[in-house]
Amino acid sequence: MADRVVAHDIPSVYEPSLFGTYSKKIGMWLFLMSDSLTFGALLYAYSYGRISTAGWPTPFHSASIVNATIMTAFLLTSSLTMVLAVRASVQKDAKMQTIWLLATIVCGAAFVVLHGREWSNLIAEGLTLPMFPQVPGHEVSAEFANVAKSVPQFPSTFFTLTGMHMLHVTLGIVYLGVVALRRKFIPILLALWLIAWLATPSYSPFHYGAHVLLLAAVVVSIILWLKPKVYDSSDVEVAGLYWHFVDLVWMFIFPLVYLMSARI
Amino acid sequence: MATHDIAAPQGFIRKYIFSLDHKVIGLQYFFLALVAVFTGMFLSLLMRIHLVWPNASLPFFGEIKPETYLSLLTMHGTIMVFFVLTTAPQGGFGNYFLPIQIGAPDMAFPVLNMLSFWTTFLGFIVLVAAFFVTGGAPLHGWTGYAPLSALPSAGPGEGLGADLWITSIAIFCIGALMGALNFITTTLDMRAKGMTLMRMPLTCWAWFITAILGLLAFGVLLSAGILLLMDRNLGTSFFVPLVTVNGVLTGHKGGSPLLWQHLFWFFGHPEVYIAILPAMGLCSQLLSVFSRKPIFGYRAMVYAIMAIGFLGFMVWGHHMFMSGMSPYTAFAFSIMTMAIGVPSAIKTFNWLGTLWRGKIRFLSPMLFAIGFVSLFVVGGISGPFLAQPVLDIYLHETYFVIAHFHLIMGVASIFGIFAATYYWFPKMFGRMMNETLAKAHFWLTFVGAYAIFMPMHYYGMAGGLRRYSQGTEVEWINNLAPIQKFISIAAFVTIASQLIFLVNLFWSMKKGEKAADNPWEATTLEWTTATPPPHDNFGGVTPVVHNGPYEYSVPGAPRDFVMQTDAPVTAKH
Repeated sequence: MADRVVAHDIPSVYEPSLFGTYSKKIGMWLFLMSDSLTFGALLYAYSYGRISTAGWPTPFHSASIVNATIMTAFLLTSSLTMVLAVRASVQKDAKMQTIWLLATIVCGAAFVVLHGREWSNLIAEGLTLPMFPQVPGHEVSAEFANVAKSVPQFPSTFFTLTGMHMLHVTLGIVYLGVVALRRKFIPILLALWLIAWLATPSYSPFHYGAHVLLLAAVVVSIILWLKPKVYDSSDVEVAGLYWHFVDLVWMFIFPLVYLMSARI
Repeated sequence: MATHDIAAPQGFIRKYIFSLDHKVIGLQYFFLALVAVFTGMFLSLLMRIHLVWPNASLPFFGEIKPETYLSLLTMHGTIMVFFVLTTAPQGGFGNYFLPIQIGAPDMAFPVLNMLSFWTTFLGFIVLVAAFFVTGGAPLHGWTGYAPLSALPSAGPGEGLGADLWITSIAIFCIGALMGALNFITTTLDMRAKGMTLMRMPLTCWAWFITAILGLLAFGVLLSAGILLLMDRNLGTSFFVPLVTVNGVLTGHKGGSPLLWQHLFWFFGHPEVYIAILPAMGLCSQLLSVFSRKPIFGYRAMVYAIMAIGFLGFMVWGHHMFMSGMSPYTAFAFSIMTMAIGVPSAIKTFNWLGTLWRGKIRFLSPMLFAIGFVSLFVVGGISGPFLAQPVLDIYLHETYFVIAHFHLIMGVASIFGIFAATYYWFPKMFGRMMNETLAKAHFWLTFVGAYAIFMPMHYYGMAGGLRRYSQGTEVEWINNLAPIQKFISIAAFVTIASQLIFLVNLFWSMKKGEKAADNPWEATTLEWTTATPPPHDNFGGVTPVVHNGPYEYSVPGAPRDFVMQTDAPVTAKH
């Protein structure tokens, strides 16, 4: 639908483009192709580990599943608000476009925060990687600690897959923030970095992971310095493609990592 | 179709450092590859000295220890494969000439293009830094097989050096991915009016298919790199089984070294074609230009490139016959591998068909193009041997494999880079390269390459083992020492003759004879524009294309070549 709006951008001095669409959209689809191979390799590593390990544990009780379901609901809602943002951009409704983009960001942030809390709880209860620091003064659950000890593949694949996905959601939030607010988003991003860095204890992986936001702020500043242009409806649509893809990846990770390891 | 602001940038930094102009970025890639190739070649010089005179004390380096030899081997392979064979033909010449050859003012995403160069540059710096850290560069070869690459305690270079190595690979992957999607979008979206897909020069087809391979392959290597970094730094066990180092348990268990091999070679085999396809496209171009004949079987050439690219993703298992693979799986991989011989033979016969009865002009780009065909055939012919598991199990750990992949992936691809340099130098720098020096460079390199790698086949078949820093303790390898000595001396001569190229390159940039706009009387779009091309490539206009790319010696045409922008020719050949 959005194609119609930008079709006039195609000058007649060129051969018609692929599917009559514009470059940024093709570029994003190509990126998604390569990113699906990146995730594909991780899922392959996961299934390789799972098949070759005898007695794969199923330690996720109903509390974990409920939490993951709420996260999933937030992510699916964000897809809906993203569609509404694209519609607003096609209708040239700048105000609603910003509002729906911010709503998408809020849903995505809720997903990341819930996910981060879940990670922290699991690490505290003993489902952890060998090099993650011990959480001081916390009761270790025998079941999780036992899983981490007997099948190290379980926490390894869990943290890798969900961590990579969480990174994608975080970068998606930055991307949408830049599309929605452009330069004004850089101070917000720096504030988010400081909050995430200072509010997490030094034994948390997020204490260090927060620096992704700082790195993103630097890259965003460079890009906006080089191309300080106004973003139009095509940018919203392309950002939407990325966002929906990240949701789609979760639709693989949620059943493979959570539901197939549930014990209810 | 992206819109471009075509105003030329002002100021040194925006013009030459953080330039968005694909031509400047192409040159940046070219010079990065030039620095990398001389670094990599210097490492091979040290290795060749050590192989023949293991106890020689070198100035500045002292005596090369066996573990240093392994570091040299690792860094030579990594630098050459990633920062030369992937960087120069695609990032360098592709960046410079793909937009011009299809009639575009720039790449589809100029900012992304700039970022992809600087990401690649960062990757190179990180890689070279591995030489200077405690423990030195890693030992695990360019393939980085786990568990050696996954355990910091496994050897002197496997600490920080290996971390830097894998970080560099991951950074390189990100840069290559950005480049690949830029190339594909540009090819699909920015072709001038009349430049249909089947009127694209074969160079563009090769860059296009190469970019698709890169897009699909580097993402997988990126994942493998992330997992390896996690194994090394977070204590996960993706690639490490229950294993001890010096009798001490590592704390890892349950991982599989084979997983690394699968992920690595799923990238690694397409990488071979990423290195060689641009050279194939270029040599198709040059054989046609300098034989003054249309390329033989244009469509067959296009479909053969596609077939090679497609089959390239089906054959990674042939690198793993040694891993105890099921014979049925090995058989499937073996059949697919030999099937690649079909499109490769189509290309070879079409090259010969193009030369047949041509009015051949033996100029330096043409010599290197013919040299490429020769090396491709000779290096390729040992492929069907290695594709058979029974033979491969004998030959895999010997110099036979070294000879095979150096000829076909290394030297052949390097010949493509040389041919491209001699061919496009006038367009890039506005001056001609010295033809006498170029011919001397060709003959020394051509004869030298065969003198190095032909004996290596015999050395390998006789049982000479690869990766061993010296064979003096083993009798049957010791008996082969004269072959190693011959190879080393041939290598010294060949390496020295590369200085001719370097001198010619920089001397011609300043002092070479001024080049005309179309010195080779070629047909493609880069020769229709000024030399060197203006900022937007065609001076504010977009060319309109009427002809195919290889209209040479067309009956009834006024000249023996019809440029792509000339009025349409009616005569058919």
